[in-house]
Amino acid sequence: MGKRSVIPFGPQHPVLPEPIHLDLVVEDERVIEAIPSIGFIHRGLEGLVKKKDYNTMTYIVERTCGICSFQHGMGYCETIEHIMDVEVPDRAKLLRTIWAELNRMHSHLLWLGLLADAFGFENLFYQCWRIREKVLDLHELTAGARLIFSVNTIGGVKRDIDEDKQRTILETLSEVEKELKVIEKTFFYDYTVESRLKGVGILSKEKVHELGCVGPFARASGLAVDLRKLEYAGYSKIDFEPITSNDCDSYARCYVRLKELYQSIDIIRQAIAKLPADKTLSTPVKGNPNGEFIMRVEQPRGEAFYYAKANGTPYLDRIRVRTPTFANIAGLCEMLKNTELADVGLLVLTIDPCISCTER
Amino acid sequence: MAILQFATQALKNLFLPPVTTSYPASEIKYPEGSRGHVEIDIDNCISCGMCVRSCPSNALAVDRANATWSIDRFDCVACGFCVDKCPKKCLKMVVGYQTPEFEKSVATYKKSEEQLKKEAEAKAAAAAKAAEIAKQKAEAAAKAKAEE
Amino acid sequence: MDETVELKTNDKVRQLSKIEEIPASDLLERCLELKREGLRFSQACAAYYEDKFHLTYTFSNYETLEALSLRVVISPEEEIHSITEFIPAALFYENEMKEIFGVKIKLITNDLDNKLYRINVEAPLGVPQEEKKEEENNG
Repeated sequence: MGKRSVIPFGPQHPVLPEPIHLDLVVEDERVIEAIPSIGFIHRGLEGLVKKKDYNTMTYIVERTCGICSFQHGMGYCETIEHIMDVEVPDRAKLLRTIWAELNRMHSHLLWLGLLADAFGFENLFYQCWRIREKVLDLHELTAGARLIFSVNTIGGVKRDIDEDKQRTILETLSEVEKELKVIEKTFFYDYTVESRLKGVGILSKEKVHELGCVGPFARASGLAVDLRKLEYAGYSKIDFEPITSNDCDSYARCYVRLKELYQSIDIIRQAIAKLPADKTLSTPVKGNPNGEFIMRVEQPRGEAFYYAKANGTPYLDRIRVRTPTFANIAGLCEMLKNTELADVGLLVLTIDPCISCTER
Repeated sequence: MAILQFATQALKNLFLPPVTTSYPASEIKYPEGSRGHVEIDIDNCISCGMCVRSCPSNALAVDRANATWSIDRFDCVACGFCVDKCPKKCLKMVVGYQTPEFEKSVATYKKSEEQLKKEAEAKAAAAAKAAEIAKQKAEAAAKAKAEE
Repeated sequence: MDETVELKTNDKVRQLSKIEEIPASDLLERCLELKREGLRFSQACAAYYEDKFHLTYTFSNYETLEALSLRVVISPEEEIHSITEFIPAALFYENEMKEIFGVKIKLITNDLDNKLYRINVEAPLGVPQEEKKEEENNG
């Protein structure tokens, strides 16, 4: 046994701009144990529920995360809709699906860029973000903002995607698809990428199950858990299969996310084709919610969990948002055991951490 | 496994024009309906305070006595909920983002003098009318009493 | 378009999430049972309302995506046993409950000792401070 020492990692670290702190117990260059601590920027959004009414909370919950914001808003709205038994119009459901998938695309492209950056492939990093910019432009065109959409309301959505915009979306998506083919080749076959990702950070299927990991992180270890199969929003009309890989390493995580980009494009196409002619966007909501409900939504990073308890007043008793990163931190710490110190930065990135969103 | 997978694209990139816009030298076009910032048509405002109550970030304030509406543009998250809630539809989201500044500041909008005058006149007229009606009623009642 | 199924208010989501109320003493047994059935631990959370802590432990099934929540209602003074011994995933959730709500959980395998969240306030969403003070005054 070599000499053990503790190396602090974060909360400010070049590999990711997010405040996670890990105490890495290392023996020579090998990590023996990683002890995480988060909460450097805890915002107490869940506590705000006592001061803001349930309609305003939509906009607060949405701001839990800057990257997967739409899905947070959607998850919250669906939770309250279930409590109040509101039927959302079909068009709104499919619009939510379209936005959710656009959000997923932008998030995965962001992640791919950051991954390329983490293993030092700057050029690829910029290429990914250039593609992402097109998706962001679609966000602004359809929802009015590049990152935080604020189009969800309880009972439906606030904006429509008219035919012109649908055409723009489809055109942009085919461009994006073409450009993805270029970076796909690099991510899948390039020597530098493979040597950096293959066999790094293996987390077995059993461990993933035991530690309750979610999202692409779990799917890369062969667990086909995709909450979109729950058929919330408009997913019941969409035909798709979860993408999995059995390699369990960083390369598999990259593979799953890249393939999901194509899947998202496909889902958006299906959803646009199925948009009903009826232009009703929302159901008017009256009264206050009373009851409780548990809702799960598949975010770009995995299963997000919403629990709301209402008491018949405009102020909810409790709103709980369990972000996917929170579930994956346990997996991360397990994965870091017995890896090289030099890989830590990359491995922290492969769970697609969104620490700021974990700090509700 | 192969090497130089990215070389063709990298070479291509050398000859492509820049993807970014050289802001602020060249102008940016925001798509229609972009949520930039909130603007108010203050003369239509009735100082009801619905926007203040709905604001998730407590960026708004309404002073009924002085007939002002103020917004801390650096607190505003541009969600557009106040626009939905406004009963007079005098708020709207317009394109153009908040520019960076050195200090946080509150922008206050006050109703124009003419509007205040007009409102005061309207109020006076309404009061006069109410008084008139009351007078008439009283007269009618007196008449009825007298007839009895 | 024509043959697509009518979307009802997300029937599937509603059918698949169940809440089961159990007494605090049965928690460990029920959790172990669910674990043996092959369910995955999804999350645990606490809520403080009506002067009680309402703890929710959710387990979910991979194939059917079913979510079964165990609800335990305890008073703020009551201590509850940790489930981390056989469900390591619960570690962060239990630490969170402890730090944010002040739920008394005993025997957590790796008690992070109020270090998971670096916040100044003790139990910000737990029993409101005024009540605590009153209790102290009364006691």
